[in-house]
Amino acid sequence: MERLHFEDFAPGEFAEYGDYAVTAAEIVEFARDFDPQPFHLDAIAARDTFAGGLIASGWHTACLLMRMNCEGFLNRSTSQGGPGVDELAWLKPVRPGDRLRVRRTTLSARASRSRPTLGLVAFAFEVLNQDGEIVMRQKNSVFFLRRSTAASP
Amino acid sequence: MIGLYYEDHEIGETHALGSRLFTREAIVAFARRFDPQPFHLDEAAGAASLLGSLSASGWHTMSVCMRLFVDFIDAERAAAAALGEPAPPAGLGAGARDLRWIEPVRPGDVIRYSVRVESLRETRRPQWGRVGFVMTGVNQEARQALSCSLEALTPRRGA
Repeated sequence: MERLHFEDFAPGEFAEYGDYAVTAAEIVEFARDFDPQPFHLDAIAARDTFAGGLIASGWHTACLLMRMNCEGFLNRSTSQGGPGVDELAWLKPVRPGDRLRVRRTTLSARASRSRPTLGLVAFAFEVLNQDGEIVMRQKNSVFFLRRSTAASP
Repeated sequence: MIGLYYEDHEIGETHALGSRLFTREAIVAFARRFDPQPFHLDEAAGAASLLGSLSASGWHTMSVCMRLFVDFIDAERAAAAALGEPAPPAGLGAGARDLRWIEPVRPGDVIRYSVRVESLRETRRPQWGRVGFVMTGVNQEARQALSCSLEALTPRRGA
């Protein structure tokens, strides 16, 4: 199947994908590596905090969105990575047993003036849980190869 | 001291958070878990990409920044506890913006992280103030590799 190029993203379009079951073990594993605060590390210690129980690091949720994006579309695309993230908002806690999915909106697409082989596509992502609540919002852009000038397969 | 309460902060104060070596093994292991794009996994794919070589996921470089920030605050809390000061509740991350991946981070790079207090705002809730931090990572050639603005709800003294 041909990979997705810059021209395949139309502003205004929606897509939904992902069904990721979050486990307590991976919440703790991520926290040990990158965000060792009590409410991310230990279900007992977390009970006495604002969280009322174990919750995932917000950075973990962002990393899980990245993974769902890879599996959902980026790994069948000409993605060249992104320059950063404009906005990231953590709206609801993510807890063990939650099932996460992604709703993606394409906001804009513009060809690069300085690099004619590339275009930059801006997306808004919402991460939803099994109850349909939005747990995280993120806005960021990704570089894709342009079809007309793409030399790679 | 970064201070544990809203009132302890001053706009412009800057603190070194320490540095981290990004090994090939760590870069690839992180990418397999969270960002399995070819240029984060494989030298040849990295060389053929916009990044120009195998490079760390930006989420990896940012997650390490968070780790060093948490370690730094923990050390401040321990220092306060040693002086007999009760530790306030931890600040809560509300969100991030302007996360910029400026230079690729490659195997063997050492990123030195720092944090600067950028803004202080009161909130409607008397027990919390809103502190804006700017996190920065600089590589061994003194080139800025990443930056990010973070907002944290921070406890107020005497609230």
